Amino acid sequence: MADLLTHLDALESESVHIIREVVAEFERPSLLFSGGKDSAVLLHLAVKACWPQPIPFPVVHIDTGQNFEEVIAFRDMRIAELGCRLLVERVQDAIDRGDVVDDPALGSTRNRLQTHSLLKVIEDGRFDAVFGGARRDEEKARAKERMFSFRDEFGQWNPRGQRPEIWNLFNGRHGSGEHFRIFPLSNWTELDIWQYIAQEKIELPSIYYAHVRKVVCRDNMLIGVGPYTEPRKGEKIFEMMVRYRTVGDMTCTAAVESDALDPQMVIAETMVARFSERGATRTDDRFSEAAMEDRKREGYF
Amino acid sequence: MELLRFATAGSVDDGKSTLIGRLLYDSKQIFEDQIDSVERTSAARGDDYVDLALLTDGLRAEREQGITIDVAYRYFATPKRKFIIADTPGHIEHTRNMVTGCSTANLVLILADARSGMTEQTRRHASIAALLRIPHLVVCINKMDLVGYREERFAEIRGEFSEFSANLGVKEITYIPISALEGVNVVAGSGAMDWYLGPSLLRHLEEVEIDSDHNFSDPRFPIQRVVRPRKNDLHDYRGYAGQIAGGVLRVGDAVLVLPSRLTTKIQTLETMDGPLREAFPPMSVVMRVEDDLDISRGDLICSPANQPLISQNLAAVVCWMADEPLRAGRRVALKHTTRWVRAVVHEVQFKREVNTLLHDNEASELALNDIGGITLRTTEPLFFDPYERNRTTGSFILVDESSNVTVAAGMLTGEAR
Repeated sequence: MADLLTHLDALESESVHIIREVVAEFERPSLLFSGGKDSAVLLHLAVKACWPQPIPFPVVHIDTGQNFEEVIAFRDMRIAELGCRLLVERVQDAIDRGDVVDDPALGSTRNRLQTHSLLKVIEDGRFDAVFGGARRDEEKARAKERMFSFRDEFGQWNPRGQRPEIWNLFNGRHGSGEHFRIFPLSNWTELDIWQYIAQEKIELPSIYYAHVRKVVCRDNMLIGVGPYTEPRKGEKIFEMMVRYRTVGDMTCTAAVESDALDPQMVIAETMVARFSERGATRTDDRFSEAAMEDRKREGYF
Repeated sequence: MELLRFATAGSVDDGKSTLIGRLLYDSKQIFEDQIDSVERTSAARGDDYVDLALLTDGLRAEREQGITIDVAYRYFATPKRKFIIADTPGHIEHTRNMVTGCSTANLVLILADARSGMTEQTRRHASIAALLRIPHLVVCINKMDLVGYREERFAEIRGEFSEFSANLGVKEITYIPISALEGVNVVAGSGAMDWYLGPSLLRHLEEVEIDSDHNFSDPRFPIQRVVRPRKNDLHDYRGYAGQIAGGVLRVGDAVLVLPSRLTTKIQTLETMDGPLREAFPPMSVVMRVEDDLDISRGDLICSPANQPLISQNLAAVVCWMADEPLRAGRRVALKHTTRWVRAVVHEVQFKREVNTLLHDNEASELALNDIGGITLRTTEPLFFDPYERNRTTGSFILVDESSNVTVAAGMLTGEAR
């Protein structure tokens, strides 16, 4: 009699199944890679799903130009290791072309501006499936999104018109100009991700682990001081042991106080965390109750 | 740690959201900022109490109208198991959402109000769970606090439900008296019902035996893709990637490939982590076979001594999910395991009344959210098992060929005569 799989094995098998379905049924997939922990896990799963073949699709990075240097170094190292193709789409190019306006009123974050660059790279690359590392436990609008998420020719998500997703029978049929966002990590939680990182020894950018950093306290969040995040008037700079729970654009990602130096210590901290991942560290979800839903409708990740 | 997937069905008034809220809250899966946000929204709407449904109602329309319009997935874990909850709205117009939520579940949790007992809604939920062959059913008799925690009332509802479910064919039904509001028997028991000797809901979820939920007796391996690396060091490598859909496959086993009917032996079973001696559901693996055969996506590897049904004429029960009704003559695309074929609906045989389990044999069409029996003819034969024997090789979806929308979930019952 066969033993049951562990929860991580079951999640891995489900994700691998999804990735293989996409490789088999779509013509031009690509994978969004930010250098964050979820996309590091996603890339690892893609490698496993395609093994022993190298991944047969390019990796896409939407570069806000306001990155943590550790994350960019990690991205380049990982891509070189795998020998895959990297496409970088720069938000700065869209600003220079005048396609989008960098709005200082939004706290100088370029997070929302990424949507334009994302849709452009999908159109230019004629990608019909785009893998993303979003998880349903991150946010309420994401909790209702399908693993195969249909986007119309404008890249828009229609939450009320989603296709039912039944058993493991995915329907990725689409017309020309339409595409799918594919979320193989839908059923993973933050804790699962960390347990899997520990189990598989997946490398991450160093800022995910505790390090000393200069920070300011803003809206009850710890903002790392850097080239895009100068302290505002009256803000005091502290030196603190911190780590990042999520990594996005430097301007909208906050650090948390931490002593966790490795995945096991992060797991221990995650198990007793009092605030959700996005609630503790993302300024971009605080604009309104439906901030994520609104951005997703426009075509965001 | 194991993974248990369960579905819940119900509306706000039967206490389902309170129950889920309590499971998440008592197992410390709700963070302070999430509670804060729910409290703010509740206060802004002028609610008298904090509405835990706001934790799961994620879309703007749902929050504004106070309804759940879609399946919401929630996650929690205890030291024993990780749980995935598919939370589905319970009204009849959401039958398709319940079917969706139940399709991957090991267990379905049904709520009954201790004051009203069995209702049309609880009957429907049990009937859909049975139809989808969910191995475990849990009936929570909720709001026991409102009937004085009386054992007689619990026994009465249990009796009523057992009588109804006798014809359902569910493997296992567990009855638990609870009060979601007071937190009695949800995570821990209390002195309120010392006559109840069974486990709390959470303990049952942690301990219910799910080892035999998959089919481990009929070897089935649908080919997902052929792996040919075209690298110098792997020049002759030809592997078949897929997820095991049934049975236990071992290196050295004789296998039969469908549709070619050629036989060979399993040479290796492997993943990036290394070789395996055996593989079983739901593992995703790469298989190599001893002979150089023409095998492609959509083919099925099985055992020569244990073969599936093979036919172009199929009988099935479907849940219809499109606005326009299903009638005989309808042409559709059909996805079964890793294959797409075209199909035409020959006949609508009956409509099943989901509340009474009765068959309406006069029905000639199925409307949105209807469940009924149909016969189909496909362009090529399917290799399948009856759904009651294997939920993976016995299920399919129908897709409209012009809009590409999924229009039905189907469960194969056998070959059509």
